[in-house]
Amino acid sequence: MSNYDIIIGLEVHVQLQTATKLFCGCSTQFGAEPNTQTCPVCTGMPGTLPVMNRKAFDLAVRTALALNCQIAPFTKWDRKQYYYPDLPKGYQISQFDLPFSHDGWLEISDPKGKIEPKRLRIQRVHLEEDAGKSMHDEVAGSADSRIDLNRTGTPLLEIVTQPDMRSPAEAKAFLTELKLLLTYLGVSDCNMQEGSLRVDGNINLHVHTDAGKIATPIVEVKNMNSFRSVERALTYEAERLWDVWQESKQKLGDVPKQTRGWDDQANITRGQRHKEESSDYRYFPDPDLVPVTVSSERVAEVQSGLGELPAALRTRLETSYGITPYDSDVIVNQGRAAADYYLAVADGVADGKLASNWFQQDVLRTLNDRSLTIEQFGVPATALVALLKKIKGGELDNARGRQVFAAMLDQGLSADAAMQALGFEQVDESELVALCQEIVAANPKIVADVKGGNAKAAGSFVGMAKKKNKNVNPARVQEICLQLIAQM
Amino acid sequence: MLSRQDVNKVSLLARLQLTEAELDTMTSQLGQIVGYVEQLNELDTKSVEPLSHPVDVKNVFRDDVLQPSLPRETMLANAPHASDEFYLVPAVLGD
Repeated sequence: MSNYDIIIGLEVHVQLQTATKLFCGCSTQFGAEPNTQTCPVCTGMPGTLPVMNRKAFDLAVRTALALNCQIAPFTKWDRKQYYYPDLPKGYQISQFDLPFSHDGWLEISDPKGKIEPKRLRIQRVHLEEDAGKSMHDEVAGSADSRIDLNRTGTPLLEIVTQPDMRSPAEAKAFLTELKLLLTYLGVSDCNMQEGSLRVDGNINLHVHTDAGKIATPIVEVKNMNSFRSVERALTYEAERLWDVWQESKQKLGDVPKQTRGWDDQANITRGQRHKEESSDYRYFPDPDLVPVTVSSERVAEVQSGLGELPAALRTRLETSYGITPYDSDVIVNQGRAAADYYLAVADGVADGKLASNWFQQDVLRTLNDRSLTIEQFGVPATALVALLKKIKGGELDNARGRQVFAAMLDQGLSADAAMQALGFEQVDESELVALCQEIVAANPKIVADVKGGNAKAAGSFVGMAKKKNKNVNPARVQEICLQLIAQM
Repeated sequence: MLSRQDVNKVSLLARLQLTEAELDTMTSQLGQIVGYVEQLNELDTKSVEPLSHPVDVKNVFRDDVLQPSLPRETMLANAPHASDEFYLVPAVLGD
C-alpha cells in the first residue's frame, strides 16, 4: 500500500550533432587526445569573441518543435557564473529568463500495459555550452585532478520537464521515447556511455496525511548512467525519502534542496554538496553574444521539415499495415533505419503482417544474436522481399523459407540463388496436380476418411508427396488433394 | 546598500579569500560602485523597452565549419600546473 505519491521531474542534457563547438570552430569529436580540441574562444581567453553555430541553433529549434514546444520570437544568452576547474571561463554560456523554447509535451505509452498512456509536459528547452571533464585518479595517490577541456563548448540542449512523472517507470518511459525521438530527428547520437545524453532527476513525495497532502523536500539525483539506473536510482530514492519523512517529518522548504549521487555498484544514493540557490549563479546577459529572433515563417518551415516522428509512424503502421500496436511499437522502437527496412519489405511484398513476422522473428533475432545494426545486416530489403513473395505465393513453405533465409544471410545469396544452392526447385503446378492425383487415387482409405469428415487425414498425403518429390509445398499438396477429393 | 555579509557571500562564490581588513575595504568600495549605479533607479523607465544588448544587432551566426584548434602545448603553457596532456588542479572530489 502506498500512502504517498512520487513526484518526478527530469533534466536531460543532450549533445547536438554538430561538427564544431557552439561558439568556435573546434571539433566536437568524442575520444580525441585530451586537450587537443581547444582554442582561446572555448577556453575563455580575454579578448576572444564567441559566435553562435548556426547548425546548433537549427538543430535546437528542430528538437524543440518535435517536442511540441513554443518557439520564442526573441531569445538571448546569459552567463551562469560558478567556479569549477572544468569551466575555464568561470561562467557557462546558457539561457536564463528568455530560453528559445518553452511549454511542450511528449507522450508516453506502452502496448504491454505496464504504464498508462500519458502526456508529459516539457517546461523549457534551452541551448547552452558543455563544460570540460575533470578526473581524479585516487589509486595513483596523486594529489591533483586532471582537466580535459575538449568537451568545453560542445552544444548542449537542456530539456526540463514539469514534475509530471508519478513513478520511476514513467521516468524511464519518457527517456526511452525522448531518445527515440532525438535519433529519428538525427539531432544527437544519444550515446550515454560517451556522455551525449545525461539525466538528472528531481524527486519528492506528496504524503497523504489527515491534514491533506504534504510535499517533502526535493532531492536532485545525479550520476545515473543508463535508463535502467535512472529507474533504479529513483526507486531507491523514493523509498529513502519515505523513510526520511517518517523519521523527520521535514516538509518542502524546511531544508535546502539536496543533491545526491547514484552509486550503481552499491545501489544507493549518497549526499553531495548542497545545491546553490539559483540566484547565486548571478546570471546576466552575455554582452559578447547578440540576441536571436525567429520568425513564424521560419518556425513553420522547420515544422514542415521535421519528417515522420515515432508516434506518427506507430499510428501509420497500425492503420495502413494492419499490424498490432505491440508489433508497431517493436518495429518503430528499433530506430528509423530499421523501421525503413520494415517498410521497404512490407511495401515490396504488399503484406504488412508477413513482413512484421519475418522482421521480428528473423531479422531482429539475427541482429540481436550477432550484435549487428540494420545497416550491417547482410540481406537487403529487396532480397527479403523476393523471398517473402515466394512464401506468400506458395512456392516455399515457412520451414524451407527459413533455410533459404539462412543461406541468403550466410552466403550473401539472392533468394533464387539460395534456393538453387539448397536444391529447392519450384515444382510446376501441373506436375504437382499430377502427383496429387496419383496419391489420391492410390489411397482410397484416406479419401474415405476425409469424405467422412476427417479433413486432418489429408495430412498424410504430404509425407507421401514429399517422398516422391522433396520440393513440393506441403500446404499446396494438402490444398490440391482436398480439392481433388471434394470433386470425387 | 551593500552589507558586509553580501560581500562575504560574493567573495565565497568567487573563491576569493579576504581578510577582515580587505572585507571592510571591499564593502566600502563595492558599496560606492553599487550606490553609483543605483542612481539609475531614480529614472522612470516604465515606457522603456528592456534592452538585452547595447548594440542593435541580431542573428549573428557562423557556419558549422571546422577550424584548427591550438596545439596542446600552447594551450597548456598558460596553466600554472599541467602535465603533458592535462591541466592539473588541486583534487576535485565527491562531485
